Amino acid sequence: MTSLPESTESKLGLVIDLDICVGCHACAVNCKEWNTSGYHAPLTDVDPYGADPSGVWFNRIHTYEVESASGDSQTVYFPRSCLHCEDAPCVTVCPTGASYKRTEDGIVLVDEDWCIGCKLCSWSCPYGAREYDAQEGVMKKCTLCIDKIYNENLPEESRQPACVSTCPANARHFGDLGDPSSEVSQMVKARGGYDLMPEQATKPVNKYLPPRARQTELANISNNAKLEDASPEGGFLGWLDKVLSD
Amino acid sequence: MDGAHQPINKSPIVADKVDTTTCYMCACRCGIKVHLLDGKIRYIEGNPDHPVNKGVLCAKGSAGIMQHYSPARLSKPLRRIGERGSGEFKEIEWGEALDIATSWLASVRATDPKRLAFFTGRDQSQALTGWWAQQFGMPNYSAHGGFCSVNMAAGGIYTFGSAFWEFSEPDWDNTKYFLMFGVAEDHDSNPIKIGLSKLKGRGAKYVSVNPVQTGYSAIADEWVGITPGTDGLFVMSLMHELLRAGKVDVDYLTRYTNAPYLVIENPGGADHGLFVRDDDGQELCWDRVRNQAEPFKDPDLKPAMKGMFELPDGRKARPVFELLAERYLDNQYSPEVVAYQTGIDADTIRRIAAEIADVAFEQEITIDQPWTDWRGEQHDKMIGRPVSMHAMRGISAHSNGFHTCRAIHLLQILIGSIDVPGGLRYKAPYPKGFNSLPKPTGRPGEIQPNNPLPGPHLGFVQGPEDLLLDDDGQPMRIDKAFSWDAPMAAHGMMHSVITNAWKGDPYKIDVLFMYMANMAWNSSMNTAETIKMLTDRDEDTGEYKIPQIIYSDAFYSETVPYADLILPDTTYLERWDCISLLDRPISDAEGAADAIRHPVVEPDRDVRAFQDVLIDLGGRLGLPGLIKEGGRRRYPEGYKDYIANHERQPGLGNLAGFRGKDGSDKGKGEPNPDQLDKYIENGCYWYDEIPHEAVYYRHANQAYLEYATSMGFIKDPSPIIFNLYSEPQQKFKLAAQGHGDHVPPDEHKDRIEQHFDPLPIWYEPFDQAAVDGNEFPLHALTQRPAAMYHSWGSQNAWLRQIHGTNRLYIPASLAERHDIQDEDWVYLSSRSGKIKVRVAVMNGVNSKTVWTWNAIGKRSGAWNLDEDVKESTEGFLLNNLIDDCLPANNHDYRYSNSDPVTGQAAWFDVRVKIEKAPPEEQTASAQSEPRFDPLKQPPTMPDRPGVMGYTVKQGGNKK
Amino acid sequence: MHPAYSVIFFTTASGAGYGLLALMGVLNAGGYLPVDRWFGLTGFILSLGLITLGLLSSTFHLGHPERSWRALMQWRSSWLSREGVIAVLTYVPAGLFALGWVILEQTTGIWMIMGVFAAIGAAITVYCTSMIYASLKAIPAWTHELVSPIYLVLGLATGGLILDVLLKVYGKPISGLSVLCLMALIVGLVLKLKYWKTIDKTPPATGLASATGLGGIGKVRVLDKPHTSENYLQQEMGYRVARKHAEKLRRIAAVALFIVPIILVSLTLVAPALAIIASVLAFLTAALGVVTERWLFFAEAKHVVMTYYEG
Ligand SMILES: Nc1nc2c(c(=O)[nH]1)N[C@H]1C(S)=C(S)[C@@H](COP(=O)(O)OP(=O)(O)OC[C@H]3O[C@@H](n4cnc5c(=O)[nH]c(N)nc54)[C@H](O)[C@@H]3O)O[C@H]1N2
Ligand SMILES: Nc1nc2c(c(=O)[nH]1)N[C@H]1C(S)=C(S)[C@@H](COP(=O)(O)OP(=O)(O)OC[C@H]3O[C@@H](n4cnc5c(=O)[nH]c(N)nc54)[C@H](O)[C@@H]3O)O[C@H]1N2
Ligand code: SF4
Ligand code: SF4
Ligand code: SF4
Ligand code: SF4
Ligand code: SF4
Ligand SMILES: [Mo]
Repeated sequence: MTSLPESTESKLGLVIDLDICVGCHACAVNCKEWNTSGYHAPLTDVDPYGADPSGVWFNRIHTYEVESASGDSQTVYFPRSCLHCEDAPCVTVCPTGASYKRTEDGIVLVDEDWCIGCKLCSWSCPYGAREYDAQEGVMKKCTLCIDKIYNENLPEESRQPACVSTCPANARHFGDLGDPSSEVSQMVKARGGYDLMPEQATKPVNKYLPPRARQTELANISNNAKLEDASPEGGFLGWLDKVLSD
Repeated sequence: MDGAHQPINKSPIVADKVDTTTCYMCACRCGIKVHLLDGKIRYIEGNPDHPVNKGVLCAKGSAGIMQHYSPARLSKPLRRIGERGSGEFKEIEWGEALDIATSWLASVRATDPKRLAFFTGRDQSQALTGWWAQQFGMPNYSAHGGFCSVNMAAGGIYTFGSAFWEFSEPDWDNTKYFLMFGVAEDHDSNPIKIGLSKLKGRGAKYVSVNPVQTGYSAIADEWVGITPGTDGLFVMSLMHELLRAGKVDVDYLTRYTNAPYLVIENPGGADHGLFVRDDDGQELCWDRVRNQAEPFKDPDLKPAMKGMFELPDGRKARPVFELLAERYLDNQYSPEVVAYQTGIDADTIRRIAAEIADVAFEQEITIDQPWTDWRGEQHDKMIGRPVSMHAMRGISAHSNGFHTCRAIHLLQILIGSIDVPGGLRYKAPYPKGFNSLPKPTGRPGEIQPNNPLPGPHLGFVQGPEDLLLDDDGQPMRIDKAFSWDAPMAAHGMMHSVITNAWKGDPYKIDVLFMYMANMAWNSSMNTAETIKMLTDRDEDTGEYKIPQIIYSDAFYSETVPYADLILPDTTYLERWDCISLLDRPISDAEGAADAIRHPVVEPDRDVRAFQDVLIDLGGRLGLPGLIKEGGRRRYPEGYKDYIANHERQPGLGNLAGFRGKDGSDKGKGEPNPDQLDKYIENGCYWYDEIPHEAVYYRHANQAYLEYATSMGFIKDPSPIIFNLYSEPQQKFKLAAQGHGDHVPPDEHKDRIEQHFDPLPIWYEPFDQAAVDGNEFPLHALTQRPAAMYHSWGSQNAWLRQIHGTNRLYIPASLAERHDIQDEDWVYLSSRSGKIKVRVAVMNGVNSKTVWTWNAIGKRSGAWNLDEDVKESTEGFLLNNLIDDCLPANNHDYRYSNSDPVTGQAAWFDVRVKIEKAPPEEQTASAQSEPRFDPLKQPPTMPDRPGVMGYTVKQGGNKK
Repeated sequence: MHPAYSVIFFTTASGAGYGLLALMGVLNAGGYLPVDRWFGLTGFILSLGLITLGLLSSTFHLGHPERSWRALMQWRSSWLSREGVIAVLTYVPAGLFALGWVILEQTTGIWMIMGVFAAIGAAITVYCTSMIYASLKAIPAWTHELVSPIYLVLGLATGGLILDVLLKVYGKPISGLSVLCLMALIVGLVLKLKYWKTIDKTPPATGLASATGLGGIGKVRVLDKPHTSENYLQQEMGYRVARKHAEKLRRIAAVALFIVPIILVSLTLVAPALAIIASVLAFLTAALGVVTERWLFFAEAKHVVMTYYEG
C-alpha cells in the first residue's frame, strides 16, 4: 500500500529560470494568498504583528552571491519549493500514509486528516519543502495548486499554479515534465535544466534553469574594443563636413 | 493507495463574485481581479487583460488582503487631546471633524490663503487634489514629486517632451541593447519585470549601471557598479566617444532636434546663448545651400551643423550642435579622465560606447510602415536604432540629477533612439513640448482671499520671468518652489514644507493639511529634527509653531500622532479612484489608457474616502468649482460624481474612455452618465490602441500629432522638437549674470550661474562636496525592496515576514579593512547624524558604497505592531543621517538639500563613515539607534491576533 | 537538529527498557535468572514501564497524538511505522512472558519461548528506532553505518546495568552479566568514538554548489535568507551547538556513559562489598551519559536543508 507509485501517468512540475528571477517574492506571496484558502487552508501565521512573526509558506526566495574564479560576483535569486520528487523520501518515511504521491500526475500531497504531525517527512526532505503548522498539528506543503490547476470554476488561463501565473518575470513554468515534447521539457533540454542535490537521489520533477552566461561582450565587440576616430585629419567636425556634403 | 484518501475537491468554488479594480499596493497601478466569497476577499490576482500588468501581480499586490484587513487601520475621525506626539486622541463624529476642518480652512481662505499648505504624498488623485487646491486659492500645493523624481520629469520634459519615470518605456520587443541607470523597483514595477524578461529571452544585451547588484541589476548581462553621483560623467564620456567616432545620427539630429538651431555668440551680452529667431519668433538655422538663416520649420532646410555665421544684423551665431560637440569632445570627458571618479575603468567605458555604436548603427532595424512627418515629408519605413535606456532615482535623487538626466537623454538623442523601433517609446498623452505646458501660478496678484487661483499650481517655467516671487524677490510658496532656490521645481518641494513652516521662512502658516505621506518618518530627511519641528512651540505665544495640522491616513502611521485632526481614509478596495491621463499616465507605448477603482467591499468602520471628504469640504467652504449657482453642491455624490462629470475644459474630463452621452466618444466628449459602469464592465480600465502609422516618431509624426490633438492630449499638432540645448537654462544663467528684468538677489547669483547650463554639466553633488572625503569616505544609499512599499508595507502580516528588519550592506573589502563581520553592529555617521546599525557583508556593491532597504525601520508603537518588533529594535532609517538642509553658505543661508534646478530632494548625496561598535555592544540584545519613545495607540485599535489563520472557504473553514 | 526532549527520552528510555527486556528473555532462557515473582515483577515494571513511557513520550511531540494508531499503517516503507508495529507486537510475547513469570511463576517451556520472542522483538524494535534516523539521507550524520549498532549496544548496556542493579539488590548477582555490561560499554565506547571521528572527518556531501546547482559558475555564499524572521525549518533543523560546547558534551557523554560505568562495574567484580552502590552509581551515570549522548546525536546533526540558509 504505502510507498511510491511505480510510475505516474504524468509528471507535473515547475521549471524555474534562475536567469531572469529578480527575487521579487511575488510567487511566494501569491502562493500564500491562494493557498491560505486552498487545500491546506489556512497557512497559519504565528505572532503576525509581533517580534517574531513566523508563518507557513510553500515557497521561499533565497539570495546568493556566486563568485567566479575570476573574482566577479553575481547575485542570484533562488526560489525554493517542493520539487515533487519521483523518489520522494517524504512519502516513504511517512508512517501513516498521509504523505503520498499521486499516480495520475505525480503531485506529492499530504492528507491532513491522516497526518499525525510526526514531522518525519520534513526531516526526510532535503529541500525544506515541508511546512509544519503547529497550530493545526499537521504537515503542509506545496500542492502544485491542485485546487487551481484543475479548477473548472476558474477560466482556462487561471488554471496554472499561483506562483506561475503571477511571476512578473516569467521565471516560472508549469507543465508535464514526463512528456519529452512538452514545452517545459523542451525548455529544460534547451537550457540545460538540472536537478537540485542530485546526490540525494530523490529524482526531483521540478527543474532549475541556470543563469545564462553573461554577455559582457557583444558577439562582435571585443573586451578592449574602441571606436575609431571619425576622421583622423579633420576631427569630428571634418567628418561632419563629409556627412553633410550632399 | 490514493483511493483510501478523502477525494480531493479539485474544483472548489473560489468566488461568488469576481470584481476587477486597480491595485494600490504601490504606484504602479496594475489591474486586479478580486475574488470575493461570502463578502470576504478570497484571492487577488492580476487581470490578464490589463495593459499595465497583463495578469501578473507582484508580492505587494498579492498581499493586498493583509493590507485590507490590517489591524493598523484607523476606524474613526480623531481629535488630538494630549500634547502633539503623545498619541492621545479622542474619537469624534464625522460631522464634528468636518466642522473643525471647515472652520480652520475657511478662516485662512478668508484672510490670507497663503497660510494654508496642502501637500499630498502618494496621491493618485492629483487631478482632483490639484484642482481643489486651485479652487481654494492658496499657492501652497503639491504632491510628492519633489521628493521623489522631479529631476527625471523635468529633465525629460525640458529635453524631449516626456520623461523616464512613467512617461515612456523601452521598446521591450525590439530593443537589442538596454542600459538601465539607478533603478531598484520603480513605478513601473511589473512592466519592467515583464520587459526585462522579454528582452533577456530574446538575447538582447542588458547593462545595469548601479552601485548595487541586486534585483534588476542581478540579472543584467553586465553590471556597472558606478560610484554614486557620477553617472553624468560616465554618460558624457560615452557621448565623447560617440562624437569622436562620428557615431551619431546626423539625419535624426537635423530633423527632430534643435541641433541646427543658431545660438547667438555674444559673450557678456544679454542675448548670448539664446536662439536666433525671426520676427515671428521662429528659430532660425543656417541653410548651407542657400547660405542664409532660415526657419527650422522650412521644409527645404539644409541646415549647417557647425560654423560661425554672421547674421544680417551683424550678430554672430553658431549651431547648437557645434557647441555640443565642442563641449563633450573636450578631454575632461575622455574615458581615462572620468575613470577614477566614476569607478569604471576606461576600457569598459570605451567598450560600452563601441557596443552602443554597433547596435545603433550596424544593427539598425526597419519596420515597413510608411509615415509622414510634420513637415509633410513621407517616409516609406521606420528606422530603428535598437538601443534603449531607462533611469530613475539613482539619477534623480542626487543634487546633480537634473543635468545627469538630461545627459542621458542627449545620449539617446545623439544616436537617434527616441521613439524609434527598439528605442525609448512615449506613453500617451506624452510627448508634450515643455513650452506647451502650463506655467506655475501663484504670483502675488493671483492670490486673493476667497478667490481661486487662475491656473494650476505646478508647471514648467520658461525663464526667470515665470518664477513665483513676491515684490522683494522672495518665494511666494512655503516650499520655495519656483523661487531662486529651485526655479524649475515643477513638482513642488514637499520635503521643505515642514522645515520652512517651522522656521517661518518665507512666512508662517496656520494650517498644514497633508494626505497620505508619512512625513514624521520616512518621507522626511532628518526624521528626529522633523519630529521636533512638528512639536516645537513658539516661545512667546506658547502655540505650536505649525499651529494646526490636518492629516488623512488610512492607517496608524508614525505621522498620525503629530496631527491635530485625523481624517481616516478607506483602503483601496473600499473606494472610488481615478487613474487619469491628467495625472501620471498608465498608458503603454502602443496605446493610451486610464483606469478607475471602485469599492469592491464596504468599509466596516467609520471611515470615508479622502476624495469624498475633500469634495465635501469644498462644498462646505463654498469653493467655486464645487458649488453651483445658489450654493448647491456640484458633486453631491462625491468623488464618483466628480470623476464622471467634472470637465476641465468642455469635453475634457478625468477619464478619456466612454465619453459622450452614449459612451461612444474617446478622448474628448460630453460627460457620460454611465461612464463608470462602462469602465467596470470593461475591467475598470480603458485602452485605446494608437493607429499603426502613429506608433513611432510621435514627436514628429503627423498622424500621431493629429490623433493626439483629437484626443485632447495636446492642444495642436505642432511637433515636439528635442532640446539638446535648453534655452530656459541659458535664460537663468543670463539672469544670474545680471541680464534682464528678473535678476536673482546677490546671494543666489553664483549658485544659479554655476548650476544652470543649456548643455548638461556635471558637478559633485552638494552634500558629497560639503564634507571632507577623507573623513566621510563612503556613500550611503537606500533601495526599495520589491516586496515592501515604503513604510506602509510593515503592517502587512505577510510582507513583514519577508522584510521585518533591515541591515546595512557593506562591501566585503570595507568589512575586511574594519574587521567587521556579518551581523556585527556598527556606527555610521554623516556630517549631521549618527546611527547604530547591523551589517551584512556583500560582494556585489561599489567599493565606496553602503546601502540598506528603504523605510523598513519603524517607530515603536506605530502601525499597531507590538512595541518590540524587529522593525523598531533592529530596523533603522537612513533618513536620520540625511540633513534636510545644506550647510550654511557664505551668506549664512541654508539651502534645502536638493537639486538647485528642480528642488528634487537629494536623498542619495549623503557621505558617511563607519566604525565597528565596541565589543561590549555586540550583544544579542543590542538595538539600533537612535531610539524614539514608543508611540501611544489611539483609542480604538483592533486587537492584534497572536495567531492568525486567514482563510475564506466555501461553507466556512474546513473541520 | 533540534533536540526535542520527548524524542531523547523516548529513544533512551525505550532503549534501556528493551535492553532489559531482552536480557531477561535471553538470560531466563539460559536459566540464569531467579524465578522469583517479585524479582520478575520489578524487572517487568522497569522494562515495560520504560518502554511504555518512552513510546508515550514519543507521541507527545505529535501534532495529533489521538491519531497515533495511524502510524502503524505504513510498515512496508516507513521505519517509524515498522517500529510501531514491532513495538506493539512485542508487547504480546512480553506480556505473556510477564504473565507466566509473575502470575504463574512459570519461566520455562512456552513461557521461556515467549521470553525469547520478546527479546527478539525488543532487538528489532530498537533496530527500527535506530533506522528511523539512520534512513534519513538528508541528515548525513544519522545515515552513518554505526548508528544502528550504537543504538543496539547502548540499549543492551543501559538495560544490562539496570538488570545488574536489580540482581544485586535481590542478592543474586551474576558476574557474567556484569562482564557482559562491561563488554557492551567498551564496544559502545569504541563505536561512539569512531562515530564521532568519522562524522567530524566526512566532508558534507551536499554544499551550496549542489543545493543550488550554481557551483558551476563559482563559489556560492548566502547573502540573504528568504525571510528576516525564523521559520519552522530553521527552528526544527537549524539547531546548532557551538563546537566548543559540543566537545565538552562529548567528553561528558564519554565519561558518564562509558568510562565511569566501566570503572564502577569493574569495581563490583573485584569488590563485592561495594557492589550494590557501585552498580547503582554505574547505572545513574550511564543514564546521564546516554541522555547527553542522545542530545548530542540530535544537536550535532546538520540537516542538509540548512545549507540553503547557512551555506
Ligand atoms: N532615505 C530615503 N528616504 C526616502 C526615499 C529614499 O529613497 N530614501 N524615497 C523618497 C520617496 S521617492 C518617496 S515617494 C517617499 C515616500 O514616502 P511616503 O510618501 O511617506 O510614503 P509611505 O511610507 O508609503 O507613506 C504614505 C502614507 O500613506 C498612508 N496610506 C496608505 N494607504 C493610504 C490610503 O489609502 N489613504 C490614505 N489617506 N493614506 C494611506 C500610509 O499609512 C502612510 O502613512 O519616501 C521618500 N523617502
Ligand atoms: N516595491 C516597491 N516599489 C516601489 C516603491 C516601493 O517603496 N517599493 N516606491 C515607489 C516610488 S515612490 C518610487 S519613487 C520608485 C523609485 O524606484 P527606483 O528608482 O527604483 O528607486 P530606488 O529604490 O530608490 O532605487 C534607486 C536605485 O538607484 C541606485 N543608485 C543610487 N545612487 C546611484 C547613482 O549615483 N547612480 C546609479 N546609476 N544608481 C544609483 C540604487 O542602488 C538603487 O538601486 O519606486 C516605486 N516603486
Ligand atoms: S515571482 Fe518570479 S521573479 Fe519573482 S521571485 Fe518568484 S520566480 Fe523570481
Ligand atoms: S521536495 Fe521534499 S517534500 Fe517535495 S517531494 Fe521532494 S522530498 Fe518530498
Ligand atoms: S508529519 Fe504527517 S505527513 Fe509527515 S510523516 Fe508524519 S504523518 Fe506523514
Ligand atoms: S505550485 Fe502552488 S503551492 Fe506550489 S509553490 Fe507554486 S503556488 Fe505554491
Ligand atoms: S506593482 Fe504590485 S503593488 Fe504595484 S500596483 Fe502592481 S501589483 Fe500592485
Ligand atoms: Mo517616490
